[in-house]
Amino acid sequence: MRLKKRIPVIDQGDKLGFWGGKFGGNFVPETLKKPIEDLELQFNKLKNDKNFIKERDKYFKNWIGTPTRFIKLSNLTKQIGGAQIWSKVVSDANGGAHKIYNATVHCLLARRSGKKVIIGDTGAGYAGKMLSMAAKKFGLKCKIFMGAKDIERQQPNVRAMKKNGADVIPVHTGSKTLVDAVSECMRYWVANCDTTAMCVGSTVGPAIFVRICGWSTSQISRELKVQLIEQFGSVPKKLKLYNCVGGGSSSFGFWNEFMDYNKKQVEFIGVEAGGPAKSKKHAAPLTYGSKIGILHGAAQYVNQNSDGQIEETESISAGLDYPGISPLHCFLKDTKRARYTAASDEEALKAYQIVTKYENLRPSLEPSHAFSVAIKEAKKLSKDTIVVINSCGDAYKDKKILEKKLGKKYVKSN
Amino acid sequence: MLNQISLAFKKSKKEKRPALLTYTVAGDSSKKQSLEILKSISKYADILEVGVPHNTPVADGGQIQTSSYRAIKNGIKMNDIFQMIKEFKKIENSKPIILMGYYNMIYQFGENKFLKECKKSGVNGLIVVDLPWPENKIFSKKCKKSSINFIQLLSPTTSYKRLKNITKDSHDMLYYISMLSTTGGKLKVSPKKILQNYYKIKNINPKKNCVIGFGITEKTISKFKSADGIVVGSQICKEITRSLNNRQNPVINVSKMVNKLKKKIS
Repeated sequence: MRLKKRIPVIDQGDKLGFWGGKFGGNFVPETLKKPIEDLELQFNKLKNDKNFIKERDKYFKNWIGTPTRFIKLSNLTKQIGGAQIWSKVVSDANGGAHKIYNATVHCLLARRSGKKVIIGDTGAGYAGKMLSMAAKKFGLKCKIFMGAKDIERQQPNVRAMKKNGADVIPVHTGSKTLVDAVSECMRYWVANCDTTAMCVGSTVGPAIFVRICGWSTSQISRELKVQLIEQFGSVPKKLKLYNCVGGGSSSFGFWNEFMDYNKKQVEFIGVEAGGPAKSKKHAAPLTYGSKIGILHGAAQYVNQNSDGQIEETESISAGLDYPGISPLHCFLKDTKRARYTAASDEEALKAYQIVTKYENLRPSLEPSHAFSVAIKEAKKLSKDTIVVINSCGDAYKDKKILEKKLGKKYVKSN
Repeated sequence: MLNQISLAFKKSKKEKRPALLTYTVAGDSSKKQSLEILKSISKYADILEVGVPHNTPVADGGQIQTSSYRAIKNGIKMNDIFQMIKEFKKIENSKPIILMGYYNMIYQFGENKFLKECKKSGVNGLIVVDLPWPENKIFSKKCKKSSINFIQLLSPTTSYKRLKNITKDSHDMLYYISMLSTTGGKLKVSPKKILQNYYKIKNINPKKNCVIGFGITEKTISKFKSADGIVVGSQICKEITRSLNNRQNPVINVSKMVNKLKKKIS
């Protein structure tokens, strides 16, 4: 299995949509073959269309607000005493997270194809919130599928979706989290694909959705590359990019532009959700050696039992609480381009406390996982190493959990 | 010699009626009871579809999901399903059985090992919901080698060119999905329109037996008398749920229902 240079990773799949011959694909009911093929044709044409790119960039700039900040965490660097710690503050983007890029692109595609309704899944509520924002902006009706457990724990985002006029449809099946929301969303699309567009909230699902999402979030690394060169004159000789990985959309977007660099120069570190320290359940299929299986239309490493039933996950962060992982990350793992590890619930909470103590930055529970590993490793790294963490979401949505775990006082003071 | 599935169609054609195909989930509501249900409905049904329950089904509606979760919760495993079919076939050797499910269950079991177990236990056909054409080409060839019917699915969104290609690669039986829906949805297309699409497929190759499924119930089944076969699934699963909720015996109730279905098309 080999990663090719000078070809975007999203375009390195084979005819049937498999990366490295075995990850991804289109394991979908016959009914979805046609709408997926239509979307493939549309996207393959538009991704090279100058006018479409212009349109995308216009909305990215004027509406999403690119570029997001690239800042040095000086106090944290001093406190840790090793590598220089920087952050790409993607939570600056309109809506407060990276999910806005994919949502915007899907709405642009839906509008061009004449669809009036767009549906999507959500875990932490960010994908849903952003899709509801973009749908409103582009005059589309919007339905969001969300696990009942996630609705309960991510109320601020649920309120935002409703305020934007979206129908939030609670999913009560299975573990009542993201995995069930994606299933229900796909089922709804099976029944309504003639009138409705579907947006998959991460780099997961049938191959075309993986590609569209990766193409959209790559905005993050395009900006970062420019910012690094502005700051250091060139891409640093020792650069380490830390990102949390649930489905894998923010991390893929954070790394894409640096894919062709030698990994000794630009290393990618993906941090999965290890779940509660005392629990056997986790959402870290790459770290804990899960087997390849089929989930939501794609072959990937996925938590499952020996029979092939998908296993329940557990994580404090709803956005990482997914049993599978993007085929792109399976490919980056097996080609050894990226390194994957996990942080537990407790480690993420601790990292959140450290970051908010020293810096004017409030990463949500998802990037707190990445901060945890970055802080630990930065200690041992030389001063000329540049560590960058993607702070891809804001902790406002986690208020309830943080209050419960850390006490009201702590949250208020930040 | 014709295989059991083709024989079942031949028999129903002789009786000038469509074949009745039932769908129940293996292990619903228990291993023992689902075998009892199969035995009792086999008196009326021509072909038995047995669902392999999966916990992330992307094409099933509420009724079948409920049955599947119930079966998984009660501990059904792939090996139990093969065992159940083996026991059923001891009594009803000539009644064709089709396993219907999602590809991950086959993938984890191992394609070759899965087919070997199918053959050993007496499975006659397979429907794999999320393994469409052309992705299924290699597996469907393997099935053919093991004398197991791989049943291709067709839907209202399937283009004419695709219909032709899929029909060409199909074995003895095709399955037409009546409308854009998960299983068990309300019939939102007129039977006339559904049959029009059905005949489009039949005209490509009249020799292939084509069944119609999704959303067909006691109320609508008689409208499809001219088809080669008709599948009823969700309504049966719903009846199991209803019986359990009312503390009645699902075996008796489901058997009654299938008897009625048969009468409506005879």
